[in-house]
Amino acid sequence: MSVKGNIHSIETCGTVDGPGVRFVVFTQGCPLRCQYCHNPDTWKVNDGSEISTDELMSRIKKYKSYMKFSGGGVTMTGGEPLLQPKFVKEIFKRCKKEGIHTALDTSGFIPLDNVKEVLDYTDLVLLDIKSFNPTLYKDLTGVSSDPTIRLAKYLSEINKPTWIRYVLVPNLTDKEEDIRALAKFLSTLNNLERVELLPFHKMGEFKWEELGYEYKLKDTPSPSEESVEKAVKIFKEEGINIIDQ
Amino acid sequence: MIKEWQNFNEGKWMEEINVRNFIQKNYTPYEGDGSFLEGPTENTTKLWNKVLEYMKEEREKGILDADTKVISTITSHDSGYIDKNLEKIVGIQTEKPLKRAIMPFGGIRVVKGSLDAYGYELDPQTSAIFDNRYRKTHNDGVFDAYTDEMRRARRSGVITGLPDAYGRGRIIGDYRRVALYGIDKLIEGKIEEKKQLDMDYMTSKVVRLREEISEQIYALNELKEMASKYDLDISKPAKNSKEAVQWTYLGYLAAVKEQNGAAMSLGRVSTFFDIYFERDLENGTITEKEIQEIMDHFVMKLRMVRFLRTPSYDQLFSGDPTWVTEVIGGMGIDGRTLVSKSSFRVLHTLYNIGPAPEPNLTVLWSEKLPDGFKKYVTKVSIDTSSIQYENDDLMRPDYGDDYGIACCVSAMKIGKQMQFFGARANLAKALLYAINGGKDETSGDQIGPRFEPVTSEYLEFDEVTEKFDLVMDWLAQLYINTLNIIHYMHDKYSYERIQMALHDKDVLRTSACGIAGLSVVADSLSAMKHSKVKVIRNEEGLAVDYEIEGEYPAFGNNDDRVDRIATSIVKKFMNKLRKHKTYRDSVPTLSILTITSNVVYGKKTGSTPDGRKAGDPFAPGANPMHGRDTNGAIASMASVAKIPFEHSEDGISYTFSIVPKALGKTEEDRINNLSGLLDGYFHDEGHHINVNVFDKETLLDAMDHPEKYPQLTIRVSGYAVNFIKLTREQQLDVINRTFHERA
Repeated sequence: MSVKGNIHSIETCGTVDGPGVRFVVFTQGCPLRCQYCHNPDTWKVNDGSEISTDELMSRIKKYKSYMKFSGGGVTMTGGEPLLQPKFVKEIFKRCKKEGIHTALDTSGFIPLDNVKEVLDYTDLVLLDIKSFNPTLYKDLTGVSSDPTIRLAKYLSEINKPTWIRYVLVPNLTDKEEDIRALAKFLSTLNNLERVELLPFHKMGEFKWEELGYEYKLKDTPSPSEESVEKAVKIFKEEGINIIDQ
Repeated sequence: MIKEWQNFNEGKWMEEINVRNFIQKNYTPYEGDGSFLEGPTENTTKLWNKVLEYMKEEREKGILDADTKVISTITSHDSGYIDKNLEKIVGIQTEKPLKRAIMPFGGIRVVKGSLDAYGYELDPQTSAIFDNRYRKTHNDGVFDAYTDEMRRARRSGVITGLPDAYGRGRIIGDYRRVALYGIDKLIEGKIEEKKQLDMDYMTSKVVRLREEISEQIYALNELKEMASKYDLDISKPAKNSKEAVQWTYLGYLAAVKEQNGAAMSLGRVSTFFDIYFERDLENGTITEKEIQEIMDHFVMKLRMVRFLRTPSYDQLFSGDPTWVTEVIGGMGIDGRTLVSKSSFRVLHTLYNIGPAPEPNLTVLWSEKLPDGFKKYVTKVSIDTSSIQYENDDLMRPDYGDDYGIACCVSAMKIGKQMQFFGARANLAKALLYAINGGKDETSGDQIGPRFEPVTSEYLEFDEVTEKFDLVMDWLAQLYINTLNIIHYMHDKYSYERIQMALHDKDVLRTSACGIAGLSVVADSLSAMKHSKVKVIRNEEGLAVDYEIEGEYPAFGNNDDRVDRIATSIVKKFMNKLRKHKTYRDSVPTLSILTITSNVVYGKKTGSTPDGRKAGDPFAPGANPMHGRDTNGAIASMASVAKIPFEHSEDGISYTFSIVPKALGKTEEDRINNLSGLLDGYFHDEGHHINVNVFDKETLLDAMDHPEKYPQLTIRVSGYAVNFIKLTREQQLDVINRTFHERA
């Protein structure tokens, strides 16, 4: 069955969204409005271009040798791929048939029941937890953190390999108590393969300007090495040793 | 067994000149990692610092010094040293390091022009030899025979870069033979070959070969004499590690004293050396430290090879390239890897004496290469950007397991094959001739055959394709005929005596043609087919610019709609070349390689229907045009990998630049991912790739502060250059070229 999806773009040489060299699909549309988003052009559900799973699969298959040799695969990211669960599921299902590794990069802000079927065909989840402080989360993203935390627990229950991603933004997400609370929570999960600490960068700033959005973090610098080290230390103190920066 | 060969395994190599057989019988494949490697000795560092001093002075002055009188031959100059007490491997081209010799047999004009450009003057007596035509040069001969049409095509730049005024190069002597057999045995072999030519009928072919072999024998004797100036007797085989490297190097040195060839490649020596190293390690007569020292000193010498060339030549090719190409690794036909410890050692020189463009280190990649080696070379690539890779799995079926690479990408069986270098045809310009009825778009002159130009307001794909086909017919014939003249004259007036002395009697020759502007042509035709291209004409009715309405699929996005156009052009042009009779029955081949001349070719070519403006650079080699590959690095690689090797056997060059972050987060990720990229690209039949890993900021800083980056090396089309030696224009071209940096 061919399903139609709405995508923003494709990157054939992804190396930072999952293991190995990956075919990365940026889906269009996102329910979050993160202040530090570097892909704000993927927000609007109605933008982007339509592609069928048939067409997308035929493009993915062209890169099988690169994926095979590097231990890579396909990553669906966005935007929020889970806004289009049928599309993602169909792609992943066909990837599995081809022996291609699948990774899903999600914020988790999605009803759990919509997601379960997708996870059947997902080898790895990259779960972005923007903050473990519910108020700050709402402030940062415009939405509640509950569904994300629920998904994190569920992934642990079904023992789905997961990488957690946390963006370190000076004066926003670098508070010790928030990081510690997150680390404590993560230490209760038993499915984590990596925790990625991503230092904030402003590579997406020009897009905000182009789109006419107001960029609140204009004056926010990238985190200093000390503050990255400090965050790493907190994670380690809570028993998270698989941290990657 | 003779004493020099003691402890070697016996084989056919003892009865005949057969280096491959010697290697196969004796080498030790190495499957481990680089942990055994040693750093530089104190002597090495001291010596290299002296060389760096010379190089610094050279950079400031243009050239360090030049001989203005003595014509360079194998024996013309006295011995010379950097520091006799420190050098493990000796021998330089003249009596003084980096002092350039004159080699006028390719063309006296280049010699005079180069000397003049640097403030020297050719000695009147030497000049008189050529001015009075006591001795004619290759360049004189070619222009005596060129037709008017050839001169026109050359002037307009539709065929360009031809080796008609200088040495053709691209011949690899089997320098290892000097070490394995010693000169006396090689001379014996040549005398025997000549005897085989005592024919009933002395046809011109036989006469020529008899004369050539006689010249080869003279050259071998001169090589022996040259060695004696360094108090070395090379009449017998080398008996230990140091001698093996030294003897081999002397063979190469003789070649670069005799020929100022466009590319003077080395071949495939490291695993050959390894056999001697292993034997001495076994004997307990050498240590790893000493072996690495020999390797470092050998490579240092290769970095010091210099030719006297005009500044405009250097500008075209970015600095002072010599293309001392050494191939490393690969797999044997029997399935064993040809990687030895010395494959690591030669790469390790990039750490011990820093990165450098020469020698042009070329890794023959195979899926089956040992993992430890894959990891090591990709790490070296990431650290130094000094390596290129070529597809051993693709070449081995045709070339066996003892081939080298001449210049950038041209494979040849060592000692058994040579090529007639033919530079390249500018296909983008040829496409414009198709539109303008054979007239040049910049001068308005009739260069190609006169036919009906395109007169419609918009370009029609079918009409242009048909006319382009006619232009390619004309071009292919003219091109081959031009090469026939060039190589006839080169053989006659500037025969490569010592290099051919280190070949078998009967060699396979290829006529190595090339094309520039492939992605421009493919995109132009794609634009005509998938969007609308409006023609803008000047008062004379000449099409001089184009407006594109709509979007078209561009080469470099793994989109078959345009990639098929690119592959069909290559196939078509190659088949046209195959139709023509070639000099010495050489086999026509094709390369898609521009070296760095993509900038100059672009300068000479008007606006093209893909939207490229007049004067803008082409993409280098087979690369997609700058900024048009929008689906990421692999889509771009995949498009290039589709170009059929069987129709471009002389090589398909692709240059890949990526910022470290885009290769992965940790060093381990980066090594794994680069290795995976190479495996994928070569599995899908890509032929060649240059890998650059660095940040744009580094290059920008190097433009402003060259003194901080004396050894900053980057890969361009098929070889490496010293970034600070590029012209400003070329530096900008490198920086603007698609950098894969999305992460």
